[in-house]
Amino acid sequence: MEYKLTHKAYTAALRENRLLGLKCNACGGYTVPPKKVCIECAGEDLDIVELRGQGEIRTFTVIRVASEGFQAPYIVGIIELDEGPWLMGNIIGVNCDEATMDMIGRRVKLGHAVIPGDKFSAGERVATTFSL
Amino acid sequence: MREVAVVGVGMTRFGVSENTNVEMFSEAAMEAINESNLEPKDIEALFFGNVFGSHEEGQANMAPFAVADIGVPNIPATRFEGACASGSVAVRDAFIWVASGYYDIVLAGGTERVLAMDTPAATRAFAMCSNSYYEGPAGITFPGVFAMLAHLYSHKYAIPLPKLKEQMAMVAIKNHHNGKLNPKAHFQATIRDLMEARIARATQRGQPVPTWADEMEFFRDIKVNPMIADPLQLYDCCPFTDGAAALVLASIDKARALTDKPVLVAGVGQCSAGSLADQKDYTQMKSRILSAKQAYTQAGIEPPDVDLCELHDCFTIAEIVAMECLGFFEFGQGSRAVARGETEIGGKIAINPSGGLKAVGHPIGATGARQIYEVVKQLRGECGERQVAGATIGMTDTLGGDAGTICNIILRRGW
Repeated sequence: MEYKLTHKAYTAALRENRLLGLKCNACGGYTVPPKKVCIECAGEDLDIVELRGQGEIRTFTVIRVASEGFQAPYIVGIIELDEGPWLMGNIIGVNCDEATMDMIGRRVKLGHAVIPGDKFSAGERVATTFSL
Repeated sequence: MREVAVVGVGMTRFGVSENTNVEMFSEAAMEAINESNLEPKDIEALFFGNVFGSHEEGQANMAPFAVADIGVPNIPATRFEGACASGSVAVRDAFIWVASGYYDIVLAGGTERVLAMDTPAATRAFAMCSNSYYEGPAGITFPGVFAMLAHLYSHKYAIPLPKLKEQMAMVAIKNHHNGKLNPKAHFQATIRDLMEARIARATQRGQPVPTWADEMEFFRDIKVNPMIADPLQLYDCCPFTDGAAALVLASIDKARALTDKPVLVAGVGQCSAGSLADQKDYTQMKSRILSAKQAYTQAGIEPPDVDLCELHDCFTIAEIVAMECLGFFEFGQGSRAVARGETEIGGKIAINPSGGLKAVGHPIGATGARQIYEVVKQLRGECGERQVAGATIGMTDTLGGDAGTICNIILRRGW
C-alpha cells in the first residue's frame, strides 16, 4: 500500500515553512511527522493536511557538546503543537545563555533550516526550527 | 516454557582497553564458561550484543568471529542491536530460546569499544539511536535528550531546578561511592576522592588550590564540572567506556547439575517506543512501565519484593525517572528518595550497588549483561563490601535509544 505522506514530501513542504501532517478520519487525531498509520488509533484512512505550525515549548536544552557536524552551542526543544502532536526542533533567536526555565510554555512559530548531509546521512537534511 | 538459570558470568575490567571487541568478549565469555564448569564445545548458540562495531573497528557481523575466537566457529552466532540495551535484548532472547526447549545451554552477552571513537565521533554515533530523519537534523545528542527530561521533571513536579540538581548530584555521589567498592568499575573513586585528587594536583603544580566547601560546591563549579547540555554537567553523565560481559544460560535440569547456586531468570520484559517527541511527556516512559510490568507478572512479584536493581543511570536524572517507572517510588518522589538515602546499599532498595553506568562505565553492547553479572554476584553473596545483605531477588533495567527499547530482567536465587 502506497505511503501517503513520505519524508520527501514532508520535507519539501517544510522547506517552504509549511508543516504537513496526517488527519485521521476515524479518530480525528493528527500524526506529525508522518507515519503509515494514525499515531493515536492505527487507523489507515488518513488525509494530508497543513497544520498551523504554532505551539508551546514543553522542554528544551542548550547543547554545549555537539556531535560531529554541529557547532555548539545551540538550543533543542520539544514543542506541543496547537493540534496536539509534540515535535522536536531547534529554538532559534534566543541567546543560549539566557535560555532558562521560563522558556517553558512560551509560544513559538515554525520554520526550517537545511543541514548539509554527512557521510552517514541519506543526503541533505531539513531541521524544524521554532522562533519565539 | 521451562525454567532457565544463569550458571556462570564473566566480565572484563571496564575502562580504557587496547583489546579488540572480540578479544574483550572472549575474556568475558571464557570466564563465564569456566565458572559454569563447561567448555566452549558445550555451548549451542551465541546471542551477541554490539552496536557500533562498524564505527569503532570497521567490523560488521562480529558474532561469528566471537565464536571462532573461543573455538566453536560453527555454532549459530547472532548479533542483537537495541542501542544501549543491546546486551539485555540478547540475553532476553537467549532466555526465550532455552525456555522454549530449543536449546539447553547458550552463551549471551556483549562487547563495545566505545573509546576507539573520539568524543565528537562517539556523540554522532550515539545520536544515530534517535530518529535520524525527524530528530537528528536538530543536532540532538544523548545528553540533550536527558537534559530535556530534567527540565520536564523540574517543571512537572515543581521542584526548582537548583534543588533538583542537588538531588541529581546525590545520585552521582552514591554511584561513585558504590563504584569504589567494585574492582571491575571504570571509576573506583568517590566524588570526594576526585576532589582531593584535583586539590593535590593543583598543589603539586603550584596552581591555585580549589577551596570547595563540599561536594555540592564542587558540582556547581563549571570549571571542573562543565555544562554538557543544560542542566546536565559532566558529572551528571556516565563515561564512554570499553568492556565486555557474558553469561551462560541453561535449562534448570542442566543448571542444577552444573552448580549449587543457579540464579533463576524469573521474569523478562521488553517494549518499544517511537521517536522521542511522539512519546510526549517522557517522565513516565510507557515502554519502561509496560516492560517492567511484563517482567513482574512473569516473576509473580511486585516492586517492593525487589532487593536490588541495576538500572540505566546513563545520566543522573535517568536513574531518578527509571526508579519511578519501575514502581519503586511514586512518580515525582524519586529525587527526594535519593536525597533521603533510600536508594543506598542498606536503604529501602539498593539502586546500582555496582556503581551503575555512572561509575562502572557504559560499553553499550555489554551493559545489559554487565548488570546481570552484578545481580548474579549479589544473589550469590559474592560482592564483598558492596554486598546487599540477604539479597534474594534482583532486577535489571536497560534503556536503548531515547526509550525506543527497554528491557527488564528479574533474577532470583534458585537454591
